[in-house]
This record gives sequence, C-alpha cells and structure tokens, in this order.
Amino acid sequence: MKKKSITEPRTSHTFDAYTNSEIRRAAETGIYDIRGGGSKRSLPNFDDLLFLGASISRYPLEGYRESCNTKVILGDRFSSNPLNLEIPITIAGMSFGALSAQAKEALGRGASLVGTSTTTGDGGMTKEERGHSKQLVYQLLPSRYGMNPDDLRKADAIEIVVGQGAKPGGGGMLLGQKINDRVAEMRTLPKGIDQRSPCRHPDWTGPDDMEIKILELREITGWKVPIFVKVAGSRPYYDVALAAKSGADVVVVDGMQGGTAATQEVFIENVGIPTLACVRPAVRALQELGLHRKVQLIISGGIRNGADVAKALALGADAVSIGSAALIALGDNDPRYQKDYEKLGTTAGSFDDWHEGLDPAGITTQDKKLAKRLDPKLGGRRLANYLNVMTMEAQTIARACGKNDLRNLEPEDLCALTVESAAMAGVPLAGTNWIPGT
Amino acid sequence: MHILDFNKLSLRDINKTLQESDKNSFFSVRNPKGSHALAVGINKKITVKIVGSVGYYCAGMNKFSDIKVEGSAGPGLGENMMSGNIYVTGDVSQYAGASGHGGSILVGGNASSRCGISMKGVDIIVKGNVGHMSAFMAQKGNLVIFGDAGHALGDSIYEANIYVAGEVASLGADCIEKKMTKKHLSNLENILSNANVSDYNPDTFRRFGSARSLYNFNVDNAKIY
Repeated sequence: MKKKSITEPRTSHTFDAYTNSEIRRAAETGIYDIRGGGSKRSLPNFDDLLFLGASISRYPLEGYRESCNTKVILGDRFSSNPLNLEIPITIAGMSFGALSAQAKEALGRGASLVGTSTTTGDGGMTKEERGHSKQLVYQLLPSRYGMNPDDLRKADAIEIVVGQGAKPGGGGMLLGQKINDRVAEMRTLPKGIDQRSPCRHPDWTGPDDMEIKILELREITGWKVPIFVKVAGSRPYYDVALAAKSGADVVVVDGMQGGTAATQEVFIENVGIPTLACVRPAVRALQELGLHRKVQLIISGGIRNGADVAKALALGADAVSIGSAALIALGDNDPRYQKDYEKLGTTAGSFDDWHEGLDPAGITTQDKKLAKRLDPKLGGRRLANYLNVMTMEAQTIARACGKNDLRNLEPEDLCALTVESAAMAGVPLAGTNWIPGT
Repeated sequence: MHILDFNKLSLRDINKTLQESDKNSFFSVRNPKGSHALAVGINKKITVKIVGSVGYYCAGMNKFSDIKVEGSAGPGLGENMMSGNIYVTGDVSQYAGASGHGGSILVGGNASSRCGISMKGVDIIVKGNVGHMSAFMAQKGNLVIFGDAGHALGDSIYEANIYVAGEVASLGADCIEKKMTKKHLSNLENILSNANVSDYNPDTFRRFGSARSLYNFNVDNAKIY
C-alpha cells in the first residue's frame, strides 16, 4: 500500500511562538509588557564590521612591546577640572532604586580600580556610590528625584539626561515593588506607589533653554566640572549638533540596544535607532561645527567587548559607556542561579523583569536578602577584570592596525559585512570600495 | 550693604561673590538687565536684593538665602531650591519653583504656566493668577493661589496641597477638591504667616489634592492616562 504523504507542521514567521504568547498575555492581563534591558531583536551592530589590520601598505605595532594609549580626557572644553580616565570605557547611569546599594557600590569599586567613571541615575546620589567612585558623574534627570545642590557640588561631572536609547521620548519607571522606605525618602514619594518619571525636564524645553540651563549649572559649580548631555539615538546628527551648540563639554549618544530599568517592551523594540547607526552622524555633526575631539563623544548601547570599543572609537567616538554588560559582569543572568530564574518563569540569560525586584543575582532589587547575594568587593573586582579585558582587546586590535593610541583608529581601518552596516557606518562593503549612499 | 553692579561686574563675578560671602551679609544687585542664572547655588544665609527684572533660573538651587527681586522674573525662578525665601514683587514666568524641595516663594503678581511643577516640599504663594498645568506632578509642599488657576491644575499630583481663592478653569488627572479641614486651614495660615502675608480671608480658599487613584497602575484607568 502506498504511504500517504504528510505535510510538515508549518509555523508562521508572522505569528511566531513569542508573538502568540504575547497576544495571549495581553488578552489575559490587559496591560502591556514591561521589562528591563535594551532591544533584543536582531539589529545591525558592531559585529557587522571588521578591522582590516595592517599589511604591506600599513605596518602593525608589536603586541607586547609597543605601547598603545588608552587614556582619554573628557570635558576640557569649558570646565577647569575635566575627567581624566585611564580607559575609554565608562559606566553608564543606573539608579539606586533600580539597582541595590550593593550593586551601586560594586560599580563604583570596579570603575575606580581601573581609573574610570561611574554615573548616578534617577533618584540621586547615594553615599555608597560617592564613597566608592573616584570619578562620579551626577545625572540631572527630568524627575529631579533626589536632586540636591550639595550632591551636585560633590560630583566630578554633571550629565543632563535628555533621552535614553531604550526609550527615546519616554520617562523612567520604577514600580511599587521597589519603592521601599529608603527609595521613597530619596524621591519624596509615598512608599509602594508606581513611580513614573516625566519624559521632559520641568524647567526647560528646547536647545535655547538648555543653553541657559547649562549656564546655571556652571554658575552653581563655578565652571569647574564638565557638563555632559545624554541623548537617545534617534536623530543623532541634529541632537549632537544642538547639544554642542548649547555648550555641552561632552555628548553621550545611547542607541536602542542601551538598557533601561523598566519600560514598555513595545517602546524598547520599536523606538530609536541602532547604536551602529548613531556614530557617524554624531561625529559628522561635531566635525562640521569644528568641535570633533573638542566636544567629546561617548557612544553607548550594547557595547560588549574590546572589539565593540575599538569599532566605536574607529568611527570617531572618544569613549564608550556600558550598563547592561557591567551588570552581567557583576553576575546578572548568571547560570548559577538557573533554578531561581526557572521559579520566576524564565532562564539565565533571558531574565529581564528587573522592575519586579526579584532578581536572583541581587542586582536589580531592593530585597535585603537578595541584595546580600552580591558581594560589592567581589563584584567590583569582577567588573575591573572585565574592563581590563575589554581594554586589552581594544589595544590588540589597535596595534594590529598600527595605532599607538586607541583614538587613532579611523574609519579607514574598517569594512562592513552587509550593505546595511556599510551604509550606517559609512565604511566600504568588505572587498569593495563601495560605501552605500556616497 | 554691598552693592554689586552689572554695569561693572560679570555674572560670574557676582555669583562668585554671593556664593563665597560671609554669613548674614547683605547685597544689593543693580542693573540685572534680565540676566539669567543670577544668585544661584548660594549655600548660606545671606540677603540679596535685586533691583530690576531677572531672566531664567534666578535663585536656583539655593539654601538658606533670602532673595528679593524688585521686578519680574523669567522661567524657572527658584528651581530646585532647598530652603530660604524668594520674594518677587512683579510677575514670574513658567516653571516657578520647579522641583523645589523646601523654603518659600512669594510672587506679588501672576505666575505663568507650570508653576510648582514637580515641587517636592517648597511653599509657593502667588498673589495673582497661575497658568495652566500648575502643580503638575507636585509631590510635596503647598501652592497657594490668591487669584485664578488655569486649566489642568494639579495634574497627576502626589501629596502636595493646593489652596485657591479664585476660580479654577479645570482640574488635571487625579486632582480633586478636598475638604478644608481645621488642620489644613491651620497649615494655610502658617504658610502665609511665615511669608508675612496677612491681607487675606481664609474662608475664601478651597483645597485641592490627589485622589490617589493613579498611584498604582490599573488597566481600568487607562483612558485617564
């Protein structure tokens, strides 16, 4: 008897398993999904670029014998005390509230061990992070939670946060589970409420106002500390030009892979542009104003290793900033907590319900027992190791390209694997001299 | 009394002098010409009289100081002030007292929109009217309005109190009129007494505050957001 042909079950690309589960979840709960982290979708990124390395036309430096500078000065345009960093990798703003006090301390310890800066977040400055951060950047956010002129004067730099890559045009979110007594007091809010930070600053709108705001901050701090302006990756050419025009010493551009403590999934995945697409327009804006290298550019959003650092710098950035990667170095999503993640309905590597305060790794929580799982000294050491490795990796690449300073890397050292990344990064498609759009 | 004249000194010179002055000093600032960021970041009890109108952020982030502006003030008057007093004889522009944590602001004239936005403990008294969205997301403190309030008063307010003697064009999301209890009447009288304001009838004031219905997300409130 002839065997009957059967058709393989066919799943839909449009209605894939994740999409279907999200539809069911929305139907059941009536609320959008909220999560932490940055974009998880597949995006053009630094992996789509390759370094060409030295050959006959360029000669390399000896890997272990010839030096390659990693130091960078941030904020010497107008401030008298710029940040002097040993490495071009800084720690991005993350709040106490979103993170435990132990995690903030660990970030400060790790950054200080390798001579770089860390950054406060929504909710103000804690004594733990000031005490353990040799160079601390104090964020001025729309909510002004915990904003205090005494802390402002303790800061080594000030960062005006206009936007965040995970949610350009959106405000912060810290749900009631994480608003304990200390967090509530620092933010002048009732305990246990859902705290939704504003998306706009309360006392200015637009670049002309921002210029005056920067003037005020400089007058309060005696023109000593640098003023950073952080923008989300959306219109980097215009935003960077306007930030520089407004008097910023440093501009931070955060692409859509940049993380957040909590916001809507639909926001994270559908608003903003990839980090890779931010760099060249930002650099071009500064070059056209004659301010490239005078106003320093920091790129953030999905930076993971020394290759990413080298590629961002080769495209014209002065430094990069890391957030999610630093948390992973501390122990976020570590497989040793797999059983705990399973109890939360997730897996190590996928956990992103940072807003619920149940982080098994003790990082994105205010639960005292969980927070104790993170040893700030050990966490700081791990972060320092990771930052050192990233730096050495970037140096390895730079030497192979014949550069004795990371910031001597240039777009000519790169090629792209895809037409999309070639167009975004403004470098030739590998094996050709074709740069799409030029 | 020390005279600081903008015709002879720069903004930096004047602010530095004020910030580094001895406690209990008295200054008169002349010819401010609408300058921005004047008398900011002062961290001690000094008295500053500014003769003329000022621009943005006058008296921003101050502690302990007494600032009087004989004229009008631009946007962001006393933003994020922590303590001390500010008195403006004329009108003030947008965002007066934005995110102020403490102290008091007395406005002799009118205040524009978003007066007291994100206030976190400051007391603001406006003898005239206030513009729309005043006390937006106000967390703590008191906004006292002798005149009328514009639209969306107290939108998304937290634990701040609003007292209004005149008309209210409309209330914002989650802001409701509340009973003027003895406790709140006493609070109002204390605020005004501390600011040396006596020419008022307490019975004319109504009290507004948070209904607290938006403190935790509820999908049934989605249309309000």
